Amino acid sequence: MPTRVIQVDSLARVEGEGALFIQLSGKTVLDVKLKIFEPPRFFEAFLRGRHFTEAPDITARICGICPIAYQMSAVHAMEDACGIQICPALRALRRILYCGEWIESHSLHICLLHAPDFLGYDSAISMAKDHPDIVQRGLQLKKVGNEILAAIGGREVHPVNVRVGGFYRIPTRADLRPLADSLKRARDSALENVRWVAGFEFPLMESAPEFVALRHPEQYPLNEGRVVSLSGLDIPAAEFEAHFTEEHLAHSTALHCRMNGRGIYSVGPQARYNLNFAQLAPIAKEAALAAGLAPTCTNPFQSIVIRSVEVLHACDEALRLLSEYEPPPPTPPVKPRAAVGHACTEAPRGLLYHRYRIDADGIIQEARIVPPTSQNQKAIERDLWNFVAEHTDLSDADLGLRCEHAIRNYDPCISCSAHFLKLNVQRV
Amino acid sequence: MKPAAKPKLAVWKFASCDGCQLSLLDCEDELLAVADAVQIAHFTEATRSVVAGPYDLSLVEGSITTAADAERIQEVRRISRRVVTIGACATAGGIQALRNFRDVREFTEHVYAHPEFIDTLEKSTPISAHIRVDFELHGCPVNKHQLLEVISAFLARRKPNTPPHPVCMECKRRGLVCVMVAHGTPCMGPVTHAGCGALCPAYQRGCYGCFGPKETPNTRAFSDYCGGAPLGIDPGTLARLFSTFNAAAEPFQKESNARKP
Repeated sequence: MPTRVIQVDSLARVEGEGALFIQLSGKTVLDVKLKIFEPPRFFEAFLRGRHFTEAPDITARICGICPIAYQMSAVHAMEDACGIQICPALRALRRILYCGEWIESHSLHICLLHAPDFLGYDSAISMAKDHPDIVQRGLQLKKVGNEILAAIGGREVHPVNVRVGGFYRIPTRADLRPLADSLKRARDSALENVRWVAGFEFPLMESAPEFVALRHPEQYPLNEGRVVSLSGLDIPAAEFEAHFTEEHLAHSTALHCRMNGRGIYSVGPQARYNLNFAQLAPIAKEAALAAGLAPTCTNPFQSIVIRSVEVLHACDEALRLLSEYEPPPPTPPVKPRAAVGHACTEAPRGLLYHRYRIDADGIIQEARIVPPTSQNQKAIERDLWNFVAEHTDLSDADLGLRCEHAIRNYDPCISCSAHFLKLNVQRV
Repeated sequence: MKPAAKPKLAVWKFASCDGCQLSLLDCEDELLAVADAVQIAHFTEATRSVVAGPYDLSLVEGSITTAADAERIQEVRRISRRVVTIGACATAGGIQALRNFRDVREFTEHVYAHPEFIDTLEKSTPISAHIRVDFELHGCPVNKHQLLEVISAFLARRKPNTPPHPVCMECKRRGLVCVMVAHGTPCMGPVTHAGCGALCPAYQRGCYGCFGPKETPNTRAFSDYCGGAPLGIDPGTLARLFSTFNAAAEPFQKESNARKP
């Protein structure tokens, strides 16, 4: 039986550099590798010796698409180390900011990166020739997310206002007032967006059965909560490393994360949705059900619908928080102490874990960062393995294209994970 | 008569966070107009389709950190009429250049269980260390309006209007209160390249130098001022101040070394 090798040398419409390698013998899959060749940048190494107050600005540079996620995990971990409690008003302001990043990052993925797969275009730019209104709607949604980031954080990429303990400058009510009108329009567009993506055709596939996300008693998770899984894991962030192990494999500069005793799992919008459906805003819940989603959804191709539901939720949540906004008091300087701090927050792509050990002068002695894409890598490879096994009759080009589509279900962020894709299909 | 062919634009990525090329996608109001004015011929983050070179304008994000990338950048130069680097990684080596002053083997062993799987160079270097560069746009990240200005300028074959003066000029023009004089907050505005619009002082914090050194910065006078009364910044903090996203830009690197305790 001849071997087929299918190879995608440079995965498009993902953030960062990766490749795909598939080896087949007849109808038998011999190997599937998601290769991440994003060059290593050694953040965990050079964070040692830096001051604890520098962590939010430095770790933001891991990813230009989700800098707030890095800033939020960093400040919460440092506040944990320093024994700081934050006030409810500050907590609300951080949630508004994080909603902005979800809206921006999700809308980029839904409209510019992922939707072209379902409608048969190479890019949103070619899609815009036939569907200008839809692409415009996506861009305008993304823009509203960016408006929130710029209003609170100063700019869209690597905002400057986040600090350990709070913000450098607390926005006034007047600063944030213009956001409300934008968000009301965005909420309407987000609802139309859910209806639009719900009409796509979704290939049938079952994902890995285990999902991991934060859960919080009062709200859909962003900055706080316990780390829970569908099969019953329920731990505080501080115990993350006791339950999850990162492995280093030859084909990737991203570490692969595995849950001890439970194996492959996934994080991200689908995991959050499956574990926290009850906490969605009523408008998002109704839209999800009307879009044909059950409260538990295990087809990774439907992640685009869930991501759209989360955009709707984030618009609604940000609006609610804005209407109640009371500026928190100015942030006092934070006094360091020799301690270890942990935090998990929900980046747009899923759970993001940070741990720091700092000394009494606030100098970082040790840093550990587990980004969402390294946690999803095994789940992506498993999805690909299953997909290829059922579609060996496709041509190499078709198979490669469909596999890329399956990878984009996870909105992989390769820049983050290189501590991620080319497609290679080899048929033996 | 056939209409003139649209200029071909290519976007290339090396070691980076993707934030600078994202700045192009962040031009929500202008993106489709840009896509109309040029042919987006190579932009992996945005499209699967690739139009063969040569390209009229190549935007390069990221620094060179692997042997393979050192070869790839030569190919980018060969097939590009103009090469413009975008951001601190491509222009100065980025935050990942912090390895340049340490032992990269120890760094690799610290992060990866199997250092033997990792292919990396000892230093993270800017694009200009490898090829001739036609223009360098500063910033971590670049300012999206400046990015549009640079693309427009190159298409019109004129010089981009991106003033090389310090952040202080932008700060004074905005009428902001000087955070260094009024609050004693160390601010790198006097030595940092303009382009952000004095963002940090507007948010009541000191500039942290993400746009890199301005033309002819007097880093020594700046450090002496910060180190003396009334600010009294300790040498370790001063050394770190110069050693961030543009750590390997020569004026910043020298000053950081000079202040290291």
